[in-house]
Amino acid sequence: MTSRKIEVLVGLFVALAIAAFMLLSLKVANSGMAGSGETYMLYAKFENIGGLKVRSPIKVGGVVVGRVRSINLDTEEYSPVVAMEIDSQYNNFPETSSVAILTSGLLGEQYLGLQPGFVDETVSILKSGDYVEDTKSAIVLEELIGQFLFNRGSN
Amino acid sequence: MIVDKLQQLGQKSIAKIQGMGRATIMLFGALVAWPTPRKSFPLLLKQLYVVGVLSLLIILVSGLFIGMVLALQGYTVLSKFGAEQMLGPLVALSLLRELGPVVTALLFAGRAGSALTAEIGLMKATEQLSGMEMMAVDPLRRIIAPRFWAGVISMPLLAMIFTAVGILGGHLVGVDWLGVDSGGYWSAMQANVDFQQDIMNGVIKSAVFALIVTWIALHKGFDAVPTSEGISQATTQTVVTSSLAVLGFDFILTAVMFGG
Repeated sequence: MTSRKIEVLVGLFVALAIAAFMLLSLKVANSGMAGSGETYMLYAKFENIGGLKVRSPIKVGGVVVGRVRSINLDTEEYSPVVAMEIDSQYNNFPETSSVAILTSGLLGEQYLGLQPGFVDETVSILKSGDYVEDTKSAIVLEELIGQFLFNRGSN
Repeated sequence: MIVDKLQQLGQKSIAKIQGMGRATIMLFGALVAWPTPRKSFPLLLKQLYVVGVLSLLIILVSGLFIGMVLALQGYTVLSKFGAEQMLGPLVALSLLRELGPVVTALLFAGRAGSALTAEIGLMKATEQLSGMEMMAVDPLRRIIAPRFWAGVISMPLLAMIFTAVGILGGHLVGVDWLGVDSGGYWSAMQANVDFQQDIMNGVIKSAVFALIVTWIALHKGFDAVPTSEGISQATTQTVVTSSLAVLGFDFILTAVMFGG
């Protein structure tokens, strides 16, 4: 085996590995979000986050605009605070916007639905670090059943 | 007698720790030195060919079949829940996180690790290593170092190729044969696979396995009893020890990376 042939074959091997890595990172992973890179943070306080997790998607009308960065418990009010990392190309949400914790399908995972609000002169635009005031907590099945039974009982 | 048992236990423990010490000294002697790229690069290239390129075929074939079998088995269960769309994430995540690094490491231990041990053991038995020392050529630098780097470089590359081929094999069975929607296969995969969390952790895993398997193979060969029986034992030990070490470390790494 001449050294030239070995070099060519090793080169081929490395090229194949690079091609595999490109396939994995471009076609398999969600490079769309990682690609644009620039993000900003918004916060929202909920009463109950249900099954929301770190890295759950944030959707506006079904389009993913960001992901949940972290979930912490506020030590004063003991209510969960969700930090949302949103792509900076969507930086025009007015402060009248609302977030709700929704579920995709009957058994699907939970995500944050961001609903843009109305705009007029008195309404300012949400900046990085702002809180979204209007939030709707996750629907917990047990609470729903409890309410239903309670209503039945009072009738 | 209980004291005799204790003595045996102590003897075995001391022997194990001495073995680890010799392995560390060997690796240290091979790697810690002034780099001489002009001399060592051709040696490394030769070993990359022997260790990496020659392992390529077994990696490609087993990657393809493991991806195909994952898709086939996954489909049977997922279709019961009407969740065929999740076939892509199932195949991609199990390959990226577990099967890619682990199966590559096991195959690598069997294909390349055993060959390394046998080669170095035979060099020792035929006194080629002592001959090199006589000529003032450090066998650690000349024999161990290029093989070590070749193993450490080529295994993550092989694991990446394995995973990519496996995902394509899953596509072959899932989409082309069982009729899962091709767009759904890729888009559900993209929605669930994270570059940092899944791909990079898989690469880190295979780098750790590469280090373990290559190190064990080289040490067992270098430390082999220089007889034909000793070499055969060392080769067997390489495969057994490195397979067990890979599976053990896989559990620890998985617990650290994905357990929390």
